Amino acid sequence: MSSEKARLATMWFYGCSGCHMSFLDLDERLVDLAKVATLVHSPIVDIKHFPPDVALTLIEGAVANVEQVETLREVRKRTKLLVSLGDCAVTGNVTALRNAWEHGDRAVLERAYADPSNLNAQIPNLVPKLLDYARPLHEIVKIDHYIPGCPPNADQIYYVVGELLAGRQPVMEGRSKYG
Amino acid sequence: MLHVTLQQGGASINPNNVRLRINGSEVAVPEGTTILKAAALNGVEIPTLCEIEGLTPYGGCRLCIVEVSGTSKLFPACTTPAAQGMEVTTQSPKLYEYRKMVLQTLLAERTHICAVCVANEHCELQANANNHGVDHVMYERNWSCESIDSSHEFLVIDRNRCILCTRCIRVCDQIEGAHTLDLKFRSKSTNVIMDQDQNWGQAMSCTSCRKCAKVCPVGAIYIENENIEFTKDRDIAAFLSKRRRRSR
Repeated sequence: MSSEKARLATMWFYGCSGCHMSFLDLDERLVDLAKVATLVHSPIVDIKHFPPDVALTLIEGAVANVEQVETLREVRKRTKLLVSLGDCAVTGNVTALRNAWEHGDRAVLERAYADPSNLNAQIPNLVPKLLDYARPLHEIVKIDHYIPGCPPNADQIYYVVGELLAGRQPVMEGRSKYG
Repeated sequence: MLHVTLQQGGASINPNNVRLRINGSEVAVPEGTTILKAAALNGVEIPTLCEIEGLTPYGGCRLCIVEVSGTSKLFPACTTPAAQGMEVTTQSPKLYEYRKMVLQTLLAERTHICAVCVANEHCELQANANNHGVDHVMYERNWSCESIDSSHEFLVIDRNRCILCTRCIRVCDQIEGAHTLDLKFRSKSTNVIMDQDQNWGQAMSCTSCRKCAKVCPVGAIYIENENIEFTKDRDIAAFLSKRRRRSR
């Protein structure tokens, strides 16, 4: 690992991992990316704690529980450029569908844990407390760039990551797409 | 024949015309023509959302705002008549920013989630947001929970996706002549209703003509089990009003 390479990280909050699949869709361009950047943290590598001095972090998914709020604030401190990757991170998207319900946080836990079980139905108290509303990232911390899309396609990701690593500001007009 | 040509093409010869400048070029249009129409007649495109040809203008969405020299106020092009000597600007950094704001307020107002919407990729709000580089909504979203009515045989309204453009109401009243649809309440509580705020299935005046679904710019009114790209028809109101005028 050369020290001149940019330190790149990706994170996965409340999302379906589709944005990471899109990232992997870079295919042979991943090799090009590996020439200029090194992946220091990601759900696809086995590093438990978020490292310091990261140049660029892509975050997939909305912030939906108290643990993620803390994690996100920590990530913001340790990374120079923070990018919201995909509609969940940008708008809340499917994760935020529960926001329209009264007590949506309770409703999703019941649906996930209590409803499918026919014996001793209970909601585990180990899971971090859900926020009342699932939030897009920019409502918690400052975000430097947004890549909307459900999922954003590989070309968009490659363009934005390429521009940001080269120190340029990506232009999203006509390039981004919600949904 | 010559008279007709003069009115349409050689507009500048008609004494009832007003002359104005749109983005620097001088144009002449018949008196009473809106700025939007004057621009369209001269090949200048202004983004619109609530406006649709063939129906009366509404001026609700404010996406078609333009700058007029001599005042810092912005005017909606769809309802402002062109006036003698007016200097209109349709594209500027200021307008671009305001249009972005308009789109973001629309996106923040109700629960617009493209990924689970029937109109995904066939939505005028989504298309306008993408064209204007709206890559996030800077306002905190409202997350209101509006009602969904699927009591009609095949027409469905999901009010969570409604942007209150009133296209459906206008087409129902002005083209179909039924006036089944209307608005109730004001401000945050405004919603599209059927007859006396009944379920759509019980609304006696509805002729099930589908025109509301055809003109809906978003995925608020749609036809069950029909691919939305076959439902949508932006030209239906203009087409029908033209034909009806001719048959009269």
